[in-house]
Amino acid sequence: MNLAVRDIRHNFSRFVFTTVGIGLLLMVVMGMAGIYRGLIFEATLLVDRIGADLWVVQGNTRGPFAELSRIPVSLENRVRALPEIIRARRFVNHSIQREHHGKPLRLMVQGLAWPDDKGEWVSLVAGRPLGQAHFEMIADRSLGLALDERVKFGKDVYRVVGLTTGMSGIAGDGLAFFTASDAMTIQFDSPSEAIRLDRSARLARTENQDLGHTQPLLLERAGGLSSGIAELPRPQVSAILVSLNPSADIDRVISTLSTWPDITVYTAQQQKDLLLSGTVDKSRRQLGLFSVLLIIISTIIIALIMYTLTLDKIHDIALLKLIGARNRVIVGLILQQALLMGAFGYGLAWWFGQYLFPYFPRRVMLETPDLIKLAFITVLISMLASLLGIWKAMQVEPNTVLA
Amino acid sequence: MESYAGRTEHGTGLMTPPTHQIPSIEAISVTKIYGQGQTEVIALNDVTLRVAPGEVVALLGPSGAGKSTLLTAMALINPPTSGRIIISGELVMEGADAKIDLRAFRRRHLGFVFQKANLIPFLTALENVQVALEINDTPAHIARKRAMYLLDHLGIADRADNLPDALSGGQQQRVAVARALANKPSLILADEPTAALDSHRGRQVMELFAQVAHESNSGVIVVTHDTRALDVFDRIVEMEDGRLLTPSVSSAEYGD
Repeated sequence: MNLAVRDIRHNFSRFVFTTVGIGLLLMVVMGMAGIYRGLIFEATLLVDRIGADLWVVQGNTRGPFAELSRIPVSLENRVRALPEIIRARRFVNHSIQREHHGKPLRLMVQGLAWPDDKGEWVSLVAGRPLGQAHFEMIADRSLGLALDERVKFGKDVYRVVGLTTGMSGIAGDGLAFFTASDAMTIQFDSPSEAIRLDRSARLARTENQDLGHTQPLLLERAGGLSSGIAELPRPQVSAILVSLNPSADIDRVISTLSTWPDITVYTAQQQKDLLLSGTVDKSRRQLGLFSVLLIIISTIIIALIMYTLTLDKIHDIALLKLIGARNRVIVGLILQQALLMGAFGYGLAWWFGQYLFPYFPRRVMLETPDLIKLAFITVLISMLASLLGIWKAMQVEPNTVLA
Repeated sequence: MESYAGRTEHGTGLMTPPTHQIPSIEAISVTKIYGQGQTEVIALNDVTLRVAPGEVVALLGPSGAGKSTLLTAMALINPPTSGRIIISGELVMEGADAKIDLRAFRRRHLGFVFQKANLIPFLTALENVQVALEINDTPAHIARKRAMYLLDHLGIADRADNLPDALSGGQQQRVAVARALANKPSLILADEPTAALDSHRGRQVMELFAQVAHESNSGVIVVTHDTRALDVFDRIVEMEDGRLLTPSVSSAEYGD
């Protein structure tokens, strides 16, 4: 006869409410692990999906995800000229926050190297990849934009031609894919008044120099378009993405590129490692510590619940001892209840999570190895938690039943 | 295992059982002292009592006489300060020293009934009896059959699937008696089992003890204040100030 099940059957509503409480607690632990996995997934999503073998970034920097990286667009052609390289694409990536329908719209702008890259690798749930060099975009569903919707960024209006899902950046903002030139236009867009003031300032600076007086043509150029002045740098990109011939010797290409003093080169794996050990690391550790704390709190709470349930049964336990029940019968009663509570709590946590986690603003990923690990932890904390109740039960004298 | 079967104690002839069988229990020179120095209380003072198999003994006495202390000492849950307790010929306690695994011994040899039925609230009437059998390693299907037989025998088979809450006081006490009988104990100890019952129900329970004691050949010791059903007992033993008042008398003599 299973006494634990009989007791649960008798106090079913109490068991249900307690188990729901434990389930919610375990759901938070599960959620923490899921947020942790989601963080890693989002951080490495672009590096994984964009399909580059090498990342060429500004010299002595750790790449665009770790710090500011600025390299000229022309580097694309220099890299392309190397043997074994079949593709070199500019990489433009930055976050912006704009107003849309009166609400803040925060997105990560991702530039695609049109026409080489039209975003065919982006898994679309609606629409199509980019079809023209300007004024089209592919948006992640989390941004709340509809297919064919027009959105104004800077002075231009962009049409949503494709929708993707589950594509977000390291900060959890939804990704929006544009051509690289559009992405740069959005990045370097300045208000007209700012441009006029910049031109006036440039003109004033040139007028104050001797060269400005001796060369009137310079004065004329200084007050004109910045693209007409050769001395001013062109807009720069964050990185150049390199795809190699499948049979290429990657170490040889890296060794060649490493001789260029103005750049630094990373493999995709190195870029991911930099992301995880840098930007994501603190959040990862924070979540890990929170998870440990929650597990400890869960253990304490389950222990207190088991202790209270044991106190409720002290008289029955004394009676069982009086009529000769072995300790294993009494330990079994408490331990099995703790394990059943933990098991049902775990099941509820998983079930709640299936419905709740999709509504979380950031990705929560429940992965099988994490779920298995948490199942083991649940068994362990249930066993640990029952120790307090078992200790109390062992202290009970059979003559308590006469009291 | 030392056997005390057949031994006699000088000067306690009236306390000996009426037959020459191995007594269900022998409490020999049992003393129980609580506290020490100025707070010392002698709860039992050199008490010797034997109960034969099938004998039903009532233990009477005013409050504080030591009845419950003697009962709990014989129940092996309150070790005496000195003296010996021998159950079914087996030396169980010598002073405060247990000579065997007391819990295992209780499981096999003793049955208990209390003032309150003390049924486990989350088990049905049937399960309350069954659990005592399963604790004693009786296979579940056999335990169930025997539990059902006992409930039927005690006239409450129709309430077998009811939880204790749904049973009357008398019915609960019958389930408790069935549980006490489950493992065919050599000794049943009852502590004021009729206190919570009306006189009619109380008498029924006392008669039940007499019936099961004679049927199963178990010795029965009942601590009671209820003098209305003393005719049911084979022998009445009175206590006062931690001592047995000698001589003990038969129930017929007690009425005179």
